[in-house]
Amino acid sequence: MLNTKNKSDRFIYHFNPEETEITMQTKNLEVYYGKSLAMHNADIQFQKNTITALIGPSGSGKSTYLRSLNRMNDDIATVKGQILYQGVDINQPKIDVYEVRRRIGMVFQRPNPFAKSIYGNITFALERRGVHDKRVLDEVVEKTLKQAAVWDQVKDNLHKSAQSLSGGQAQRVCIARALAVEPDVLLLDEPASALDPVSTQQLEQTLRELKKDYTIIIVTHNMQQAARLSDYTVFFNLGEAIEYNKTRKIFTRPKIELTDDYVSGNFG
Amino acid sequence: MQDQKLAKQLMKKSKTARYERFGHLLSLSALLLIMAIVLGIIIFIATKGLSTFFRDNISFKDFFTGVIWNPGTKTPSGQQAVGALPMIVGSFLVTILAAIVSTPFAIGTAVYMTEISPKRGAKILQPVTELLVGIPSVVYGFIGLSVVVPFVRNTFGGSGFGILSGTFVLFVMILPTIVSMTVDSLKAVPKYYRQASLALGATKWQTIWKVVLRAATPGILTAIVFGMARAFGEALAVQMVIGNAALMPHNLVSPASTLTSVLTAGMGNTVMGSLQNDALWSLALVLLIMSLLFNLMVHFIGRRGAFKK
Amino acid sequence: MNRTQKQSQIAILLLRLIAALVVLILAFLIGYIFITGLPNVSWKFLTSPAKAFTAGGGIGVQLFNSIYLLILAMIISLPIALGASIYLSEYAKDNWFTSMIRTAIEILSSLPSVVVGLFGFLLFVVQFNYGFSIISGALTLTIFNLPLLTRNIEESLASVSDDQRQGGLGLGLSKYETIVHIVVPAALPGIISGVILCSGRVFGEAAALIYTAGQSAPALNFGDWNPFNIDSPLSPLRPAETLAVHIWKINSEGIMPDLTQVSSGSAAVLVLAILIFNLSARYIGRKIFEKMTSMN
Repeated sequence: MLNTKNKSDRFIYHFNPEETEITMQTKNLEVYYGKSLAMHNADIQFQKNTITALIGPSGSGKSTYLRSLNRMNDDIATVKGQILYQGVDINQPKIDVYEVRRRIGMVFQRPNPFAKSIYGNITFALERRGVHDKRVLDEVVEKTLKQAAVWDQVKDNLHKSAQSLSGGQAQRVCIARALAVEPDVLLLDEPASALDPVSTQQLEQTLRELKKDYTIIIVTHNMQQAARLSDYTVFFNLGEAIEYNKTRKIFTRPKIELTDDYVSGNFG
Repeated sequence: MQDQKLAKQLMKKSKTARYERFGHLLSLSALLLIMAIVLGIIIFIATKGLSTFFRDNISFKDFFTGVIWNPGTKTPSGQQAVGALPMIVGSFLVTILAAIVSTPFAIGTAVYMTEISPKRGAKILQPVTELLVGIPSVVYGFIGLSVVVPFVRNTFGGSGFGILSGTFVLFVMILPTIVSMTVDSLKAVPKYYRQASLALGATKWQTIWKVVLRAATPGILTAIVFGMARAFGEALAVQMVIGNAALMPHNLVSPASTLTSVLTAGMGNTVMGSLQNDALWSLALVLLIMSLLFNLMVHFIGRRGAFKK
Repeated sequence: MNRTQKQSQIAILLLRLIAALVVLILAFLIGYIFITGLPNVSWKFLTSPAKAFTAGGGIGVQLFNSIYLLILAMIISLPIALGASIYLSEYAKDNWFTSMIRTAIEILSSLPSVVVGLFGFLLFVVQFNYGFSIISGALTLTIFNLPLLTRNIEESLASVSDDQRQGGLGLGLSKYETIVHIVVPAALPGIISGVILCSGRVFGEAAALIYTAGQSAPALNFGDWNPFNIDSPLSPLRPAETLAVHIWKINSEGIMPDLTQVSSGSAAVLVLAILIFNLSARYIGRKIFEKMTSMN
């Protein structure tokens, strides 16, 4: 059989908006650091209640793209183009960036618990938003720690410093912390890169559970993780989205040769 | 439309956004307050200091070259006796002499601390220098008065008060400052400089002298300038041992004075707005300008010598 | 052994000698202060008022003034320095405005303290008509203290990992909330060390106070703590000679017979206080850090 691989440079899957609910979408996005263009050509849609993995070699723009989605790049980069969140362009000056970030939560590469108790880490943002009812806060703490699958390990130590936790537990507390402000999108920037294999596996299981309630977008440098975990995968290279498709297709029958090279380990 | 409802929610200015504006302005205003203080100091002292020349009509030449200081009276040749030269010379003399004496000691100690015995350096010398940087100048002045002045008196004769005693006191005062800054600049020299030099067969001393010290020269110069700035501006310690005679110093052991010593001794005894008082403010202005010049020198050296990492 | 090696050995021996000499000088200094001074320090010396013409005077009032001025100056300067350092470390962009402000702070920090004192004299004593008083002294010490305290706090803030800031922003909090509630607490060990070190410097300062807080220490009525009464220890409008000014004052024009004893005792107390400030700055900073990251 002849090689039927698409010889064009890029392949981006598009949903039919009539059939699927799109939570987030970017159009004509361009990110500049100073004057240099760091990322462009990534018109991607994210389906509700799915996990989408962003993969690619380091420097490919995947993290830059992710951080643009909740405008965490505001201070360090210029972001042009549209970022649609449930149809509303959130990349415009009139938008309240804090409300955006509440709805589109983020978990980072290194676990970064604050120098507060576990309880305090989770309730902190709520308290800043004026929630002081102890019963409500207690409930949120229990609910989110359960969602992050770390409740059983820390329930007796809620008032101990979160910075004394192990990496895996700390990262889960950080996830619980992000869930406490009731986002509906969760962005994760290589959340398992600082964790051991067992913690990583547990984290992946947790994310599969969370998918029921949240739309999850995760950057990972670990291709097995993307293959195991995600429903859709975007492959980035040199600041562009090269291929976007169902994960199964990306890893078995990629349409672009570059993707094939990357997922089969020929470069990266 | 649901979209429009959401858009409205997202465009409403949140409480958080107001916090942010408030905090930004609050911290900026603290910074601007400091800025205003600095400008205030310069403007106030410049205005006061210049009135000697523009209100009391003293010429710059009389002020900067005259050798008789007794504002309010006239010199034998009929000019106003506001010659500040003795104090200016006194200030420069003690500063330069103290720097000349301190520098070799400071560099030697710093080299010992970083290159020869880093362990002992970190354990003993480091904390001791830190403590000495913090010792108040009146304590240095008191020791100068009870140890240095008698020593100078017994060794060189005279009253013991004078430039030499001032130099001794300032030497000890600025030594820890120069040492700790020199240590920092020696530590900033990359390790591979030393390794490369030793690998080429140079001795330890050759490495220190030709590589490490050479590479750290801008930092060491900055340290010395800092020490000099401290010496030039030091008031009480010097005032306690220099003798406070507003005369041109004849030798190192005759009573003399500096800008700061005349200022501290005299400001309380004059009436605001009088020539006597204005003349003192002119001395303060000279002090301020010198401080700015020292700053400028540090900037200039720093710009030329920063390590590229 | 060849010539260059011998030369190297001699040079290094010389360096060791210089270092030893410097240690000797420094040891003599500290030894002298404590050996001549500490025998004169007693509880009575620390608590009784000074005497102008007779022996047996103490430093009680001066010590109180030093502490009171230090506390006031810190209360005024800490919020300003905190605000300024927050702006510098978190908001300031790399542009001409920032570099101008940094230069201004550098100028202020290298200004001779006598110049700061003279400015305080002009502004607070004369212009605002506060006279030689606690309040003039405290405000002048604030100016003296601001640049170094600002720089210390800024360094502590800068040493907090960026991950912490990202964490706060990622939750939808403002930068300001993140700084105040996350970065500043995380930087607390460093900030406290910085405050204590600056306290030592303020405590020993004299030149800035001679013409602001004044050179006299009127007797205080320690039974009256109403700040509005002029002989109350808390009164902000009374003149207040501090311990450091006292040492200078009695050595310049003191006539009491036990002048040397009083001076050396005062110097020992002053240096001891600085030593305590230095050691506690390290100790307390470390303790707080341990407490913040430990399991309880």
